Amino acid sequence: MSRTWGITQAVDLAEGHGQLTAMMAIPLPPVPAGARAGPVQVRATILQVRTAGAYREFTVHAPGVVPGAEPGQFVTLRVGGESSAMPLRRAFALSGVDGDALSVVVAAHGAGTRWIFERGPGDVLDLIGPLGRPFPPPPTGAAALLVAGGYGAAPFVGLAQRLTAAGHPVAAVLGSATADRLYAVRELASLTRVLVVTTEDGSAGRTGRVTDAAPELLPGASVVYACGPMPMLRAVAAQAAAYGLTCHVSVEEAMACGIGVCMTCVLPVVGVDGTSRFLRSCVDGPVFDAAKVRFDDIGRLPDDLHGAAAMRATR
Amino acid sequence: MGIDMATRLGGTQIPSPVLTASGCAAAGRELDPFLDLTALGAVVTKSVQLRARSGRPTPRMAETPSGMLNSIGLQGPGIEAFLSDDLPWLASRGARAMVSIAGGAVEEYAELATRLRGARGMIALEVNISCPNVESRGEVFACDPAAASAVLAAVRGADPGVPIYAKLSPDVTDIASVARACADGGADGISAINTLLGLVIDTETLRPVLSAVTGGLSGPAIRPVALRCVWQIHRALPETPILGMGGITNGAEALQFVVAGASAVSVGTAVFGDPSAPERIGRELAELLVRKGFARLSDAIGFAHRSAELTDAAGT
Ligand SMILES: Cc1cc2nc3c(=O)[nH]c(=O)nc-3n(C[C@H](O)[C@H](O)[C@H](O)COP(=O)(O)OP(=O)(O)OC[C@H]3O[C@@H](n4cnc5c(N)ncnc54)[C@H](O)[C@@H]3O)c2cc1C
Ligand SMILES: Cc1cc2nc3c(=O)[nH]c(=O)nc-3n(C[C@H](O)[C@H](O)[C@H](O)COP(=O)(O)O)c2cc1C
Ligand code: FES
Repeated sequence: MSRTWGITQAVDLAEGHGQLTAMMAIPLPPVPAGARAGPVQVRATILQVRTAGAYREFTVHAPGVVPGAEPGQFVTLRVGGESSAMPLRRAFALSGVDGDALSVVVAAHGAGTRWIFERGPGDVLDLIGPLGRPFPPPPTGAAALLVAGGYGAAPFVGLAQRLTAAGHPVAAVLGSATADRLYAVRELASLTRVLVVTTEDGSAGRTGRVTDAAPELLPGASVVYACGPMPMLRAVAAQAAAYGLTCHVSVEEAMACGIGVCMTCVLPVVGVDGTSRFLRSCVDGPVFDAAKVRFDDIGRLPDDLHGAAAMRATR
Repeated sequence: MGIDMATRLGGTQIPSPVLTASGCAAAGRELDPFLDLTALGAVVTKSVQLRARSGRPTPRMAETPSGMLNSIGLQGPGIEAFLSDDLPWLASRGARAMVSIAGGAVEEYAELATRLRGARGMIALEVNISCPNVESRGEVFACDPAAASAVLAAVRGADPGVPIYAKLSPDVTDIASVARACADGGADGISAINTLLGLVIDTETLRPVLSAVTGGLSGPAIRPVALRCVWQIHRALPETPILGMGGITNGAEALQFVVAGASAVSVGTAVFGDPSAPERIGRELAELLVRKGFARLSDAIGFAHRSAELTDAAGT
């Protein structure tokens, strides 16, 4: 498979950062001999920062992370520098890879993402990736509908490239509150047969939400991919289910570790055995089969969940 | 470097004094890509109970200044799956496991120890007594010296041979007396500390952030409290080994715990920020001990108590 996806513009190495990169990108720690394939922790040098509306897209040199990285996977970054009072890493969907470079799209949210916003070319980020499970490929020839809210479009440029290259017809709905919170409209326009843009304030495309536009495109689709805030995922999942379509959702649950050791990021999911469990969205997700996610029970402890009885006994 | 970093968990020798912390490394497998598990003193596994537990609803976590609050609620597969899946994996990897057990009644702890007796890969037990006692209207074992002692005696009775550490809560008025009760009950060592009970409120919703309302505070924010606890326990029980923890992120901080009386340390929350932290901290601690002129780790344990003329008033 191609080692390049998502990144549509050439990475700008002209300003002399290329050499800097080669010196500063020291894999950390040295991968022990015989270690199994999986995520790596690297010092990633920022090559390029591009403003995309309210977002910033950071392209970094992250050797060792890219091999095997697929759309739907994510990376985590340390924030705040050496004496940071923020002990937890921040998660970002991979928006593209090219050679040893990868990119992420960042929205300024709180102190951690604001710290990332202030970084520039040549700065070094502590990065771990690739993490989580990617979007699964659709059945041969199946038409795909991509539905994204805001920076939820980040993994979709790479996914759309993969899908079109494999001969799948692709349509997309991109939505956000305001025009400056849309991402990759141009890139996805050239990769899709139909692209509908919605904004809640009408500043771009149609006024409304992605779920207002999706019903037009669902009849022509066989599989739906959705990425965005949880209420949007829940609504899109319900629409896809009404049309009997497979729907893959990429969820965004708060994470403490991102690698599966802390049990922070769980949500109730029905297993192949029919039993529901709290699954970790960082290692069992972030992409789940929407039909298996119990959206109504997120934030609750359903009685029939595996291990719920033991909680009642000790409370 | 050549410094002797070997230490002991009870009677068992381990090559490094740096371990993971329970609940911060799962059962080790997920850390395998980031560090050499066999180079750690031991992997301290997530507290296991008799039955599978779902844990609490989300949100289960809130980041706080230099720390975090968690209300995971001991999500885990139960002892059967632990014995058939998690522990054999650690053993096959050549890693040492300190197995953390938790329960809601004295007999549950005893049964867990019985089930684990002689299990391949296990080198020690850590008894997490920061759990509500269902027979005592939910009072936490670790807050009641008599109940804590009863748990340790039951575990000792179930497995006379294995090194047993009692893991204490800092949310008590006199941690040294709880430590003494655990030692009297049969604990070989003391793990200190578990998280401190905390609360965060969302000023948008004006409701607690965690669905469980309160949660356990961990990370650098609690380090001075943890260090004070280790100091007090070592003063009260100088012969009892201590596994110190609470906010350790580097070798210098680990050294503080060692000279305060810890013969080994656990690294918890720091793993979330840097999964290779336990291995790095072991390296940094060794370098620092060399720089301070120590020939072996064991010479530094409790050194701060000997290095100054400290009155009891200054120490407690
Ligand atoms: C799998 C995954 C993919 C993501 N992809 C992107 C992306 O491509 N672009 C992007 O801009 N953001 C993305 N996010 C959200 C991003 O991680 C958060 O916006 C960021 O962690 C907020 O940190 P902060 O310090 O700015 O905010 P604060 O609110 O100060 O953070 C406090 C704590 O809450 C957590 N937190 C807060 N908001 C979120 C959130 N929305 N999701 C998860 N954790 C949160 C933080 O990690 C931190 O632990 C993704 C999250 C996940 C889980
Ligand atoms: C997410 C999380 C889960 C934890 N789970 C357990 C547990 O199952 N059993 C236990 O004894 N301690 C548990 N702890 C407490 C830690 O083992 C440790 O005592 C505490 O966090 C202080 O160390 P630290 O600041 O290095 O994290 C947990 C801590 C965290 C942050
Ligand atoms: S974030 Fe720690 S287990 Fe998923």
